[in-house]
Amino acid sequence: MTIMAARRDRPASGEIVFAGEEAVCDCSGALFFPDQSLLVVSDLHLEKGSAAARRGSLMPPYDTASTLLLLQAVIHRYQPRTVISLGDSFHDGWGAERLPLPYRQMLLALMAGRDWVWVAGNHDPDAPKELPGSTAVEIAAGALRFRHEPSRRAEPGEIAGHLHPCARIVQRGKSVRTRCFASDGNRLIMPAFGAYTGSLNVLDKAYRGLFDAQHLVAYMIGDSGIFPIPGRMLRP
Amino acid sequence: MTALTPPIAAESTTANLPQPFLEWFAQRGWSPRAHQLELLAHAQGGKSVLLIAPTGAGKTLAGFLPSLTDLAMRPKRKSGQAYCGVHTLYISPLKALAVDIERNLGAPVSEMKLDITIETRTGDTPVHKRQRQKLAPPDILLTTPEQLALLIASNDARRFFKDLRSVVLDELHSLVTSKRGHLLALGLARLRNYAPDVQAIGLSATVAEPDELRRWLVAQPDEMSALITVQGGAKPHITILDSEERVPWAGHSARYAIPDVYSAICDHKTTLLFVNTRSQAEMLFQELWRVNEDCLPIALHHGSLDVAQRRKVEKAMEVGSLRAIVATSTLDLGIDWGDVDLVVHVGAPKGASRLAQRIGRSNHRMDEPSRAILVPANRFEVLECEAALEANYLGAQDTPPLVFGALDVLAQHVLGCACGEAFDADELFREIISAAPYAELDSETFGRVIDFVATGGYALRAYERYARIRKTREGRWRISHPRIAQQYRLNVGTIIEQPYLTLRYARAGKGVAGRGGPALGKIEEGFLEQLEPGDTFLFAGKVLRLEGIRETEAFVSNASGQDARVPVYAGGKFPLSTYLAEQVRAMIADPSRWKALPEQVADWLRIQEAKSALPGRSELLVETFPRGGRFYMVIYAFEGRLAHQTLGMLLTKRLERAGARPLGFVATDYSLAIWSLDDVAAMVRRKQLSLEELFDEDMLGDDLENWLAESWMLKRAFRNCAVIAGLIDKRHPGQEKTGRQVTVSADLIYDVLRQHEPDHILLQATRADAATGLLDVRRLGDMLSRIRGRIRHKSLDRISPLAVPIMLEIGKERVKGEALDTLLAEASGQFDEAVLVEEAMGK
Repeated sequence: MTIMAARRDRPASGEIVFAGEEAVCDCSGALFFPDQSLLVVSDLHLEKGSAAARRGSLMPPYDTASTLLLLQAVIHRYQPRTVISLGDSFHDGWGAERLPLPYRQMLLALMAGRDWVWVAGNHDPDAPKELPGSTAVEIAAGALRFRHEPSRRAEPGEIAGHLHPCARIVQRGKSVRTRCFASDGNRLIMPAFGAYTGSLNVLDKAYRGLFDAQHLVAYMIGDSGIFPIPGRMLRP
Repeated sequence: MTALTPPIAAESTTANLPQPFLEWFAQRGWSPRAHQLELLAHAQGGKSVLLIAPTGAGKTLAGFLPSLTDLAMRPKRKSGQAYCGVHTLYISPLKALAVDIERNLGAPVSEMKLDITIETRTGDTPVHKRQRQKLAPPDILLTTPEQLALLIASNDARRFFKDLRSVVLDELHSLVTSKRGHLLALGLARLRNYAPDVQAIGLSATVAEPDELRRWLVAQPDEMSALITVQGGAKPHITILDSEERVPWAGHSARYAIPDVYSAICDHKTTLLFVNTRSQAEMLFQELWRVNEDCLPIALHHGSLDVAQRRKVEKAMEVGSLRAIVATSTLDLGIDWGDVDLVVHVGAPKGASRLAQRIGRSNHRMDEPSRAILVPANRFEVLECEAALEANYLGAQDTPPLVFGALDVLAQHVLGCACGEAFDADELFREIISAAPYAELDSETFGRVIDFVATGGYALRAYERYARIRKTREGRWRISHPRIAQQYRLNVGTIIEQPYLTLRYARAGKGVAGRGGPALGKIEEGFLEQLEPGDTFLFAGKVLRLEGIRETEAFVSNASGQDARVPVYAGGKFPLSTYLAEQVRAMIADPSRWKALPEQVADWLRIQEAKSALPGRSELLVETFPRGGRFYMVIYAFEGRLAHQTLGMLLTKRLERAGARPLGFVATDYSLAIWSLDDVAAMVRRKQLSLEELFDEDMLGDDLENWLAESWMLKRAFRNCAVIAGLIDKRHPGQEKTGRQVTVSADLIYDVLRQHEPDHILLQATRADAATGLLDVRRLGDMLSRIRGRIRHKSLDRISPLAVPIMLEIGKERVKGEALDTLLAEASGQFDEAVLVEEAMGK
């Protein structure tokens, strides 16, 4: 067995330009637009653990804590004026009600002093109960348009979530799969941010028709940086 | 089962045998063997017994004789008589074995006209038959450990087992070392609760510590079963292949030996060829057919092949229409293979006991010597084969020691008990510590296991309302909903499959579209993921081309090309046993024993002695040398691949901290090589680095802990524990999860749980697994303490002869799980053998 030592000399984020806007892909899975001081996270799926427990699978009840700690770190790093949570913020419609008190307080502290938008998702179509922030099905900011599910025919600048993209490459006979930001320059699909969220390969048929295959790039999330991989190098 | 062959020596003790048996033996001119009667006497005296005997000693009949005689003497059953539970439970690790026994036991029972019903119950038994068995149990039920767990989890278990007199445990030596054995031990304790007078009869091959098994059979503490040992018959006749060809430096294919192996097949009636891995089996099969000018019927048998194909091969073997069969460990256990007159073992056997058991396949009669040829695949394996050979003649055993019962298995059992009937925690605890693997369990840990089963056992008590088991008003635990029992039944057992894909022929011109053709077998997803459509590989003895993957199926077509890409795995799946490692070390250290070795191998060691040094018996040899702008450190630890991998990971971390800029490492069963950008030897000379400190035992503290936390190996161990303990379902009612889906969610759960509750009982179970299994930390710890103050450093200016094999491994093998970053940073290539050998051995 051969194992190589890891090198850590790259920043834990990658800069891209999307729809004419400069943006930072963060290794956590968040996207930050410095000019607008806007942070986007997608598919937090808070309280997914307790949703599973209701059905008899007693997953560790700490996924909300993990997700919020990660979110806290990103918010501290970028100090955004605005945060958009791009849908499926809670795993189900009762998630916000089940939210244990300490986590609710933690979330409220993160929300304090900034604009917060809950975009409606398929898991949480209604506004989260007893939480501040505004709600929207779709929201525009400059050249950018945010919605949970990718639209069939995207106008340039659409940023969506919902599909939890990951990508896979084979390098020197080794297969590597990571979450990714996926974009063809026209549209960008965000990776899922939540601690218990799985992911779906960007070449899966669920993405069919969403990207221009010629220009697809998967911004794969490594431990130490974001690695843009052109679509032709990706494997199903 | 060849139990009914004539005995070695006639015995006169017949007092315990009822008349029909005496007549039956007499009619055939046989008499029962001494150990069969001895076992019967113990059983009739109410004792549990362990019978240790070689293959062909009539073990199975011995095990059943107490049941058959007892059942023969019972009063005739009248119609309308009350429900009568099962009398004897036979448990074997293999379904096929249970079926085999049913057939072989049926003959004497019908010949003696005994009124005894014998039935099997396995995963293949149809539902209506299982239901009928519950209503009208057979006298003798032949089954597997998983089926026992299922029976215990049913609400009529107590009634079903109330009349149980005897439990016969076949191939006990192979069952007890795994988690299956833990589950079975707990099941046996439960059976003692249902039927306090039940006797256990263990049938086993020779093991290193028989007393461990004797305790395993009976209620602890302090009790041991009776022991009957049958000495092996004729000593096997084993040789190491003496080939004119050059023995390779590295690799596992043993291609050089194919002509010799083929001519051995030609000289014998039926040859059984064992290899350690499936890829070796494919390779050997392919190579044999390449030279098979006489078109001898040679077949292939391994666990990944489609069941129908395997059955076909087994049938052909039974009727004696095959001349040779290439097999992996799927054939290790006691299935009768008739007239095998030669066993060829390709590759080193990795353990002396394993070798003995495999050779036992040949000549299934005790009184004729088995014949076997060992074929080492490379030079280190020559040493290993030689050591195994000596051990075989000495009768040395190196079966692994038993380990403490796993907590994930206990959690599964506790839920199973609750599915059967409500239990009192204190009573169940007393029952559980009567099972040998759990004798040391403390009540606090048991309480945590119950807590885990009930609500997940989390410090954050979030799930009280979702509890799977609850206390009744009488203080007994019972399942909270019938759905829980349904879910349990779908997930019972301790065998967790790695993610596999089904291989299927694509229909011509259809590619991956459409339904696909017949299935060929199953193959690891991880292997297929490395292939591109159009790539070729060996499977089922054919060269196949990958057409594409759709969901859980991989579509392939026949490829006529000769150069298939063979599945690549780490050399052998079994790590070298501690005993054999010690013997190999001793042989290298003692030049007077090299006479037994082929000249080219002895020569190799002589040049090693001259150019560097031989690894001594009680010291650790560390060589350093530069090559191609990098600096290599080769460590001859002889502790097996798993321990070496762990050591390599830890040393790399330390070298990184010391500023040596290590780039990577590679581990084999014998040694470990680490390479770096900086010269470690120079750092030692300048006293910037001390090897003593580098190899200090304290690496097993924080360094290990830190590395473990991120290791994919621990994640894999966690996934297994989580599935066994019932945190993650293998299957949900109505839906099947593929291995891949389980993998993903288990990794995420692991990360979250470790972050928030690192002492959770499931993480405790995971670490215990890793310490003995995947990481072999225990063995590494023993080694580090043994070599303290005994490191011998040879600073060389070029590669040494002994280092050639491991240097050739660099860049050859693939491993999963390391991050993308690592891959991009990777920069290693394969070395050219001729160049390395010239450097090492040249003047």
